Amino acid sequence: MAPLLELDQVSLAFGGLRALHSLDLHVDESEIVSVIGPNGAGKTTLFNVITGIYKPAGDIRFDGTSLIGRSPHRITRMGIARTFQSLRLFLNMTVKENVKAATYGGTHATPIESMLRLPRARREEREVEARAKDVLGFFGQRLQGYRHDQPAYVLSYANRRRLEIARAMATGARLLLLDEPAAGMNPNETHEITELIARLRNERGYTILVIEHDMHVVEGISDRVVALDHGEKLTEGTFHEVANHPQVIEAYLGRNPEALQK
Amino acid sequence: MSPIGVDEWVAQSGDRREQHSGLRGVLSRLDSRLGWWPRLLLVGLLALLYGKVLVGSNVNYAQTGFNVVLYAILALGLNIAVGWAGLLDLGYIAFFGAGAYIYALFSSHAFGSLPLATGGVILPAVASIPIAVVGVGLLGLLIGLVALRLSGDYLAIVTLFVGQAFAEAANNVAPGTLGGANGLFGLKGFHVGSAVIGSTIGYYWFAVIVLLVLMALLHLLDTSRTGRAWRALRDDPLAAEVMTIPVNKVKVMAFTFGAVVAGLAGTIFAAQQSSVFATNFSAQTLILIYACLVLGGAGSIAGAVIGGVVVTVAQQLLSSPIDSAYLFYGILLIVLVARVRPWRHLAAVIAAIVGFGFAAHAIVGAISHRATAGLPSSAGWFSGALRHFVIVPAGSPLTYGNLLYVAMIVMIIGVVQLKGIRRLMAVVPTVYVAICCWEARLTLDPGITAQIMIGAILIVMMAARPEGLLGSRRVEVI
Repeated sequence: MAPLLELDQVSLAFGGLRALHSLDLHVDESEIVSVIGPNGAGKTTLFNVITGIYKPAGDIRFDGTSLIGRSPHRITRMGIARTFQSLRLFLNMTVKENVKAATYGGTHATPIESMLRLPRARREEREVEARAKDVLGFFGQRLQGYRHDQPAYVLSYANRRRLEIARAMATGARLLLLDEPAAGMNPNETHEITELIARLRNERGYTILVIEHDMHVVEGISDRVVALDHGEKLTEGTFHEVANHPQVIEAYLGRNPEALQK
Repeated sequence: MSPIGVDEWVAQSGDRREQHSGLRGVLSRLDSRLGWWPRLLLVGLLALLYGKVLVGSNVNYAQTGFNVVLYAILALGLNIAVGWAGLLDLGYIAFFGAGAYIYALFSSHAFGSLPLATGGVILPAVASIPIAVVGVGLLGLLIGLVALRLSGDYLAIVTLFVGQAFAEAANNVAPGTLGGANGLFGLKGFHVGSAVIGSTIGYYWFAVIVLLVLMALLHLLDTSRTGRAWRALRDDPLAAEVMTIPVNKVKVMAFTFGAVVAGLAGTIFAAQQSSVFATNFSAQTLILIYACLVLGGAGSIAGAVIGGVVVTVAQQLLSSPIDSAYLFYGILLIVLVARVRPWRHLAAVIAAIVGFGFAAHAIVGAISHRATAGLPSSAGWFSGALRHFVIVPAGSPLTYGNLLYVAMIVMIIGVVQLKGIRRLMAVVPTVYVAICCWEARLTLDPGITAQIMIGAILIVMMAARPEGLLGSRRVEVI
């Protein structure tokens, strides 16, 4: 089976800094792949390259179609939606509106149709409402009821992370790119997010590429782990293979001082 | 299980804090209960009441009413790009002006031989209004395309240039057709066949209908995918783009829609005035439109309309000496009542101001009779009382007033810096100096004073309620 997402010799440099170097990566349908690596390894750059924010050298294919040269909104429309490590919600819009805003690409009513509430606009608006309720309902009580009409800025940190995922789901994507979904969460919430990511795949059939620093999360969810450092792939494989790989240990912990002395 | 309960409690604490008591609470609860469509009906009824009852009693009220509605329409259009999409468009005035000029070109002898006032193209309203609106829409599209490359402050600077360029162009390009500094005049009003709108009140009704329809359409647009896309763009353009919103297209749409509204307002303005001049579309008018939007609350349809009412009425009041005095002393009192708490402090401050004034007047009068020989410029019932209160030298020299003005500004800055009881004490001489300055200087130049006062109202408003009267609180990054 052809992979859903395939990166072929992708490179990106900022001036003299090689952010990504000849990176090959693939994510299969219904797979959960984790990307790990120390700070500055190029993980978020990888997401930016896939979603079209940066234009890399090499080729990126989604479901067999090249993404190179497409603008971000088209790429998301094709089925790749992401969350942001730094949380970029539409803070002054309500929770439900945040989710509805992400359905723009999936709807087609023109402003005139919307202003006059012509049949297509009305039908789409009903669909968008249903989609928003469905997506927010996925998070149980967390984003339900009175939360729907609260502005996003009153949400707690953990709920903002959930809303980012909800918003990505609402785009109608098949592949979710989650950028550190457990960052800044307490152990309880981290556990919850781990289960949530598993549910995203098992109940909703999403394919997931996730950047995560919390090794418990990575261990708990990953079918496959890819380790990056200095924009290059160190290794990939199961969690235990990668976690015990000498280069990965070195990248995270530095070189064994005794080994240096030899 | 408590965590969710606690979570909920914390989340709603903001709402609880905003539940005021007293009149403010009643108003805010009414505001939240009243649905959108009843509110629109209310605006319509108020406009009907104004047109039917008040306009009959005074001819000038028709013009005031028309101005209110015109500015409300302009603020609504500005709200699209600035309030919703967050694009600081300082060239908005060009769209207003272009609408007026295009209408004027097709409703006058501009295309004929001007000095003889013959020939030319005079189209009925059903043709001239669409031509103007489409023309301005295209202009908006063009400027929107240019603006794609820019954001934030840079966009503001470039669009400011566009606005200025419009006035210059209208003044200097093709004076034979556009009339140069003389403008275009003797325009035919809105007409279809032999029916023509010929009176100010007629344009008032026309503008009211346009306003109501526009409010309804914009509300429906605001709650649609396009409205959500604009607001998403305002909050975070990158996230909007990644969430399937074609940011560039949506930006150009915001410019175009705003331009269309401004262009429509321009045609109504030109037809009512039956003339257009480049000076009608100066930065001063732009500032007033912005004042409407900021005061009412950017991002809110009702806010833009309320802002239009407040700013236009304030401007109208400020142009008449008696009314402007009511406005000045009214605002002074409102600010004191709103800011000085508790009540006994307020009573003490007001008593102190009155006492301070009469004492100062008596002392200065004892030293030099001439120094208090001038009369306060306010007319009305309180000028008699003020005579022994304010210090106005004989002949009311301008230098004295100017110095008072500087002193007033310095003292206001001082009051803002102070805290607690010292502030209360400093308020007394400051208010007194402000009153003296008003009586000795500010009322002498109503035009300039009107600008200063609207500026002052805006500053007070922004300090007390940054989101405007009906706007909702906006958060940048937290």
